[in-house]
Amino acid sequence: MADDLELRFERTVQAESRIEPRDWMPDGYRKTLIRQIAQHAHSEIIGMQPEGNWISRAPSLRRKAILLAKVQDEAGHGLYLYSATETLGADREDLTTKLIEGRQKYSSIFNYPTLTFADVGVIGWLVDGAAICNQVPLCRTSYGPYARAMIRICKEESFHQRQGYELLMTMMRGTQQQRDMVQDSVNRWWWPALMMFGPPDAESTNTEQSMAWRIKRDTNDELRQKFVNMSVPQAEALGVAFPDPELKWNEERGQYDFGSPDWDEFWQVVKGGGVCNEQRIAHRRKAHEDGAWVREAAAAHAAKQAVKEGAA
Amino acid sequence: MSTSWPLWEVFVRGKRGLNHVHVGSLHAPDAEMALRNARDVYTRRNEGVSIWVVPAAAITASSPDEKDPFFAPAGDKVYRHPTFYAIPEDVPHL
Repeated sequence: MADDLELRFERTVQAESRIEPRDWMPDGYRKTLIRQIAQHAHSEIIGMQPEGNWISRAPSLRRKAILLAKVQDEAGHGLYLYSATETLGADREDLTTKLIEGRQKYSSIFNYPTLTFADVGVIGWLVDGAAICNQVPLCRTSYGPYARAMIRICKEESFHQRQGYELLMTMMRGTQQQRDMVQDSVNRWWWPALMMFGPPDAESTNTEQSMAWRIKRDTNDELRQKFVNMSVPQAEALGVAFPDPELKWNEERGQYDFGSPDWDEFWQVVKGGGVCNEQRIAHRRKAHEDGAWVREAAAAHAAKQAVKEGAA
Repeated sequence: MSTSWPLWEVFVRGKRGLNHVHVGSLHAPDAEMALRNARDVYTRRNEGVSIWVVPAAAITASSPDEKDPFFAPAGDKVYRHPTFYAIPEDVPHL
């Protein structure tokens, strides 16, 4: 019987069909998905902070409205993804607790600080650009609710990337000081953006099984290469340079060669040693605790209303 | 102290003339808040003209384990489809 179920699961995945919430699935598949989707959801929620930092200081009403909409989208993306984890039996409260207790991770990119307004543009262009590279293949991931959430997210990410690039184009048309600010921001974000694809394939422990289950569709290194290929002409059009002396076109490979990110730094940030790790979690914890009375009051109100309706 | 809000399933009608389609779920203390939250989470870009929210606990679903037997009654009734019937090609409007 169990073999039968497993066989049906394997066949469904192999046939590029989708696994749906009430289907039988191996425990490992369920656990891997919950871990990956929760980590992704946490990243969206924590990702509101670096850019939220600039909402009150946006240089114009137009930029402020755009930034507000973008940060609101990140909240929405987090909610689509939490919703997908719940179809796997995860508990929302439990996931929030794990995040603020540091027992589940989020993308390391959000542990870097946003020092200037140019960072808002570069995050949209490079960080959301890298996220899109990672996420587009996930629209074909084998778990139905995850794939559907990714389709919605990818549609919205396109706005995020374009508003960032447009912001940078505007700054590049400005003063020399503004152009320097953009280049400085690119210098700080380029390597962390490359790290978003995760460790090199040789060191990525989860890749093989996730590829077999079709949770993951491309390897870390494949996606990183793709991102570099896409970004170079965009940087040229913008008039900025990436801080990598090894970056050059390889005629033979038909791709760009590029240097290796500082993986020691990557692991240090993953393990909690980034500039903003503590601040990000403390802020999330505070928001959750400060909101407790609202959650309780709303629940009390709902209970009262239910009693009233019952009596009427 | 567990005050966690119940789960609601959200269905959105994309435009007039279409069915409501399931888009996801959310937590809310009551139906009215569920509707408001659904608007903010699932229709930020004019994706809908009407929203239904249904308590997730109120949904009864067919079980995937009995997938084959449950849908079997339709499986062997090819005569329910128009293509089952051979009609000469020169007969119009059929």
